Amino acid sequence: MLRDDRVFLMGEEVAVYQGAYKVSKGLLQEFGEMRVVDTPITELGFAGVGVGAAMVGLRPIIEFMTWNFGVLALDQVLNSAAKLLYMSGGQFNIPIVFRGPNGAALQLSAQHSQAFESWLAHIPGLKVVTPGTPYDAKGLLKSAIRDDNPVCFLEGEMLYNLKGEVPEEEYLIPIGQAELKREGDHCSIITYGKMALVAMQAADQMAKDGVRVDVVDLRTVRPMDVEAIKTSVMKTNRAVVLEEGWEIAGIGAQVVDFIQRECFDSLDAPVLRVHQADVPMPYAKNLERAAKPDAAKTIAAVRKVMYV
Amino acid sequence: MAKKKTESKSSDAELNLTLLRSMLLQRRFEERCAEAYALGKIGGFCHLYIGQEAVSTGSLSVLRSDDYVITTYRDHGQALARGMNPRNIMAELFGRIDGVARGKGGSMHMFDKSLNFLGGHGIVGAHVPLATGVGFAIKYRGGDQVCVCFMGESVVNTGAFHEALNMAGLWKLPVVYVIENNRYGMGTALERASAIHDIYERGASYNIPRAVCDGQDVFAVRESMQEAVDRARTESEPTLLEVRTYRFMGHSMSDAVSGTYRTKAELDEYMKRDPIVLLRMHMHEQGEMTDDDLHKLDEEMKAVAQDAWDFADKSPEPPLEALYEDVLVDTTSDATAEAVAAD
Repeated sequence: MLRDDRVFLMGEEVAVYQGAYKVSKGLLQEFGEMRVVDTPITELGFAGVGVGAAMVGLRPIIEFMTWNFGVLALDQVLNSAAKLLYMSGGQFNIPIVFRGPNGAALQLSAQHSQAFESWLAHIPGLKVVTPGTPYDAKGLLKSAIRDDNPVCFLEGEMLYNLKGEVPEEEYLIPIGQAELKREGDHCSIITYGKMALVAMQAADQMAKDGVRVDVVDLRTVRPMDVEAIKTSVMKTNRAVVLEEGWEIAGIGAQVVDFIQRECFDSLDAPVLRVHQADVPMPYAKNLERAAKPDAAKTIAAVRKVMYV
Repeated sequence: MAKKKTESKSSDAELNLTLLRSMLLQRRFEERCAEAYALGKIGGFCHLYIGQEAVSTGSLSVLRSDDYVITTYRDHGQALARGMNPRNIMAELFGRIDGVARGKGGSMHMFDKSLNFLGGHGIVGAHVPLATGVGFAIKYRGGDQVCVCFMGESVVNTGAFHEALNMAGLWKLPVVYVIENNRYGMGTALERASAIHDIYERGASYNIPRAVCDGQDVFAVRESMQEAVDRARTESEPTLLEVRTYRFMGHSMSDAVSGTYRTKAELDEYMKRDPIVLLRMHMHEQGEMTDDDLHKLDEEMKAVAQDAWDFADKSPEPPLEALYEDVLVDTTSDATAEAVAAD
């Protein structure tokens, strides 16, 4: 925002309240009310305001308090932001970032615990970014804001309390570039977002038993760094795909499709997926735990593809 | 029908001729669209504007070239009235490479960045928040432009309309929301869709100045629009303007003009107030135009429509490489900073 006065932040409670999750703390004081804009509770409306402003040259950052509420604005994301460049024959690109927390937190139950990346990644004309660490979040958010296309930026709600090394200085992480978060040669765990953390926990535990896994953190699910997936699977010959959302038409299905096409001859076992149970998220602690993907389920899947 | 009587019938012959020319161009152009649709040269949905030309012409005649215009899928008339080239509009309708959107948008998606014509949008109500956003951007930059947003009367029942007008009223944005009340949302009459029938009154909910005028009378439209545009430009105040009009054709090319949801008698009654005939008669009375002049103008507009047809017919289909173009751009803010600064 310091660098480009066309950039502004708009959403519910982003200004006076300092952000529902304190993401925008201090920004109102620094940039004023024209650039840090509180809205009524009106997701469809202010998402459209962002698209309209972007059509005429501004660079909005539209915050959804959570992506659960962002669904109310899906028409603007899908039918306006993602399609205007194409429908106008290349005349109107939409440089906008839609961001907010995504996925389950703790005991928020069915309507507040949903992962939307596969819905968004389905749509041509969008980029969908899913950082899993504070370092990646900063570098990717800067890239998203500078990108001339619509970018959906999905932040893990449970990751807001995660602490990690974040350099003060400027750095950019390119959108669409995966990172090998851990190296091993027995099996690949392909994941992104909050699940990168779960994959690392699983990898730590398995290391004690001498099982060494590659953890491929996609960081962006559209465009997807398929070369990174290929390189890893060709090395380990086994893969588990870990995601937070539901099974059917999930990101994992896309990853598995790619692996069977490009790495078929390298595979020593079927590729398995770990994901949320195919139910709305329950409230009770034990049921919620049973529904969510976690390190134990990931380890079980890795052991299965390794036949141990 | 109009609440407001027209007082200042312009006697400016030159202006009147410009208005008539604009309206006649739309009429003759769209008559050819109907023909081309019947021949299969135009596909998909095709919503004609015939009968409503005084709204586009009257509204856009009071704008500056740096103002913004955004509209619905019934967009041919406004595109022509804004000054877009009939050749490129017809080529778009024919799905050809020389179309305004390189053949990727079709009838519902006319865009012209050079004229600040922000499109033809296909989801009912969805473009209204976009107009509010354009108004926000104008205010953000401290400019004195105005955004005009056209919509049909059925839009007022959508959530997007409510959300967009609330923010425009709250933030005092320079947007004129023009409701083209043509009485029917597809086949559903206004009275069967809206709890209140004086649509402009909805502006009260958002503390937005509101007005209503006769949409068949181009002077009435001009006068109401001028007032609204001045208010937006000088006071940064939005307006909700209801323009009462009527479409002489079906909702789109695929439904009957009358017989199901409206009677032939009703249609005939409204057609007596054809906006082009009303203006022509006025000019005739003022001695500004002879039958011969009119005939010549009409022939000229028919020739423009024919030229557009011929141009579109000769334009090639988009090359297959175009399929994957225009999905994303490969630039960043650094690349566009200079271009935008120059805007």
